[in-house]
Amino acid sequence: MFTVNSSYPIAAARSSPLVAIEDLRVEFAADAGAVTAVDGLSLTIERGETLAVVGESGSGKSVMALALLRLLPPPNGRITGGRIRFDGVDLAGIGEAEMRRVRGTGIGMIFQEPMTSLNPVLSIGEQIAERLRVHAGLGRRAALARAVELLERVRIPEPARRAAGFPHQLSGGMRQRVMIAIALACAPKLLIADEPTTALDVTIQAQILELLRQLQTELGMAMLFITHDLGVVAELADRVVVMYAGRAVEEAPVGPLFAAPRMPYTQALLRSIPRVDRTASSRDRLAPIRGNMPDARDLPAGCSFHPRCTEARAACIVAVPPYEAVDAAHRVRCCRWRELAHAGTDLGESAADLAGSRGVG
Amino acid sequence: MSIAGGHAPLLDVRHLRQEFSAGRRFSGTAQTIKAVDDVSLTIGAGEVVGLVGESGSGKTTLGRAILRLIEPSSGKIFFDGSDITRLPARAMRALRKDMQIVFQDPYASLNPRMTVGDILAQALNLHGIAPGAAREPRVVELLQRVGLSAAHLRRYPHEFSGGQRQRIAIARALAVGPRFLVADEPVSALDVSIQAQVLNLLQDLQQELGLAVLFIAHDLGVVEYLSDRVIVLYLGRIMEVAPARDLYANPRHPYTQALLAAIPQANPARRGRPAPLHGDQPSPLAPPSGCVFRTRCPIATAECAAVVPPLERHAPDHYKACIRQ
Repeated sequence: MFTVNSSYPIAAARSSPLVAIEDLRVEFAADAGAVTAVDGLSLTIERGETLAVVGESGSGKSVMALALLRLLPPPNGRITGGRIRFDGVDLAGIGEAEMRRVRGTGIGMIFQEPMTSLNPVLSIGEQIAERLRVHAGLGRRAALARAVELLERVRIPEPARRAAGFPHQLSGGMRQRVMIAIALACAPKLLIADEPTTALDVTIQAQILELLRQLQTELGMAMLFITHDLGVVAELADRVVVMYAGRAVEEAPVGPLFAAPRMPYTQALLRSIPRVDRTASSRDRLAPIRGNMPDARDLPAGCSFHPRCTEARAACIVAVPPYEAVDAAHRVRCCRWRELAHAGTDLGESAADLAGSRGVG
Repeated sequence: MSIAGGHAPLLDVRHLRQEFSAGRRFSGTAQTIKAVDDVSLTIGAGEVVGLVGESGSGKTTLGRAILRLIEPSSGKIFFDGSDITRLPARAMRALRKDMQIVFQDPYASLNPRMTVGDILAQALNLHGIAPGAAREPRVVELLQRVGLSAAHLRRYPHEFSGGQRQRIAIARALAVGPRFLVADEPVSALDVSIQAQVLNLLQDLQQELGLAVLFIAHDLGVVEYLSDRVIVLYLGRIMEVAPARDLYANPRHPYTQALLAAIPQANPARRGRPAPLHGDQPSPLAPPSGCVFRTRCPIATAECAAVVPPLERHAPDHYKACIRQ
């Protein structure tokens, strides 16, 4: 049933990554000069892979996705360095018409707030069909029939009836399903999901995460999942990039990232979140990260995390630490990672943790 | 902190109902939403009670009704032994010294045109606390208590991060020396690394001051660290009440079990669990008969549609509203 042939014209080498971002730099013009939102970011997304980019506000994670789509808000935001290749094509080198085709058929997107992304006066079926008519060249009747199939695909009950309805008649979870149907209409090779479950209730979030997992298996698309929630990362990601203040600070396959994080920021984030899979009591305490997120206009010298880092030394202030390989798949931006690994500051599942774990879920 | 009668709870809410009319004003077919439906609860002096529910559960409405920020439709609210349900505005104003609230959004709850010093001084002024020359030292003391300093006195809210703003909102609530605090999702709008700071601050202040707290949250993760007892709310009704540890280790209501199972866990080894609930929460305009949870409940039977399950005692201090478990 998912047979739309993408009209996307670019032949790509199968072996190359689907997305390759090299040394990306994004700046925003501001009154007091340019602010660097993304600084020297490199990452790849393999075909069929789910890459989670995790970070807090100001980390640059959403700006990176907008840069990839060439949707940085004009005139202030612009790419000032680096290269983005999608499916073998340098996105800086193609015109706006071709870029629109990439956005239409190569990449699908879903955002945090589905209500503001949907047109309130168009029926749900028409909104999905519009995409199919523009980008897949389907006629009106065929596009509407396809729209109903897509609604069924995202597990919306009574899809034919829903296709005739309007966004305000749907719950938040159902709206996000509609957004997913629109994003998948032209069988994209990459789905970008920017905090797609943050505005949803936790029981609905679980449904959407389950749906995304199923759809990815069925369709074999790659996914760039942007979130602040390490729980969601653990549920979905194959690989993880942790961003802080515009830079990638750690990347690893999901298992090692949670079992043996190397960057003190990643370790501290994991310690600061409530864990329902461990026993706690009202007298237990979370371990917060001290201080605040740095201001992008006035980043700390050296490692941006050093003012908040319990492991910081004089060396951390001298220069931005290099992004070093822990092993073939694991990289970290911390000039002390080797010593810290020897000192055994791993946040892995210790015996005590396991003793305190319990079978929730 | 001693309270009248020795064993009487500080706050005692009985059969509270809060209805709103969803007016179809033009067609004349007014409908009623029962946002809070027959809720009874108590909070002891110095006790922290977590109130957990998803959107539409009535948790925020309940918090506001208890503080009389909205007028309850029916039921009774006793504070410190006296009935405050219909207390006149003037007397209620005086009582606000004892009952305070911290809101979710620190970007909306602080006046952008007032300095931080003025925001705190205004709270003191309204209740005639620390007048004259005593005021500024008191304001500085409050700022220090929440981890800020005298250097912040003349700054405006926009100069602060979200976490710092929430500290200011907490300082304002505590300025008047309340005995009871409603904390309505106080960390939901904050970055992950900042949430733990604010939670720990609340925990410290609660213990130092012996505050009773109603801590409102949308999921069970955050509540566990602060609460002595937890109440789980769904579509305006209490599903389960239990001591925190007991509720997490041994949830008895299928909704509580689903809420716990739905929380994404920072543990890739546990991934891929099926979503615990199907479908959406029903419209509060047309709640299901009998048990309001039955339309999504994995173990519901025909019987569940017939009667509203009473909140029954399952173990000491552990109550659940389910006829099936």
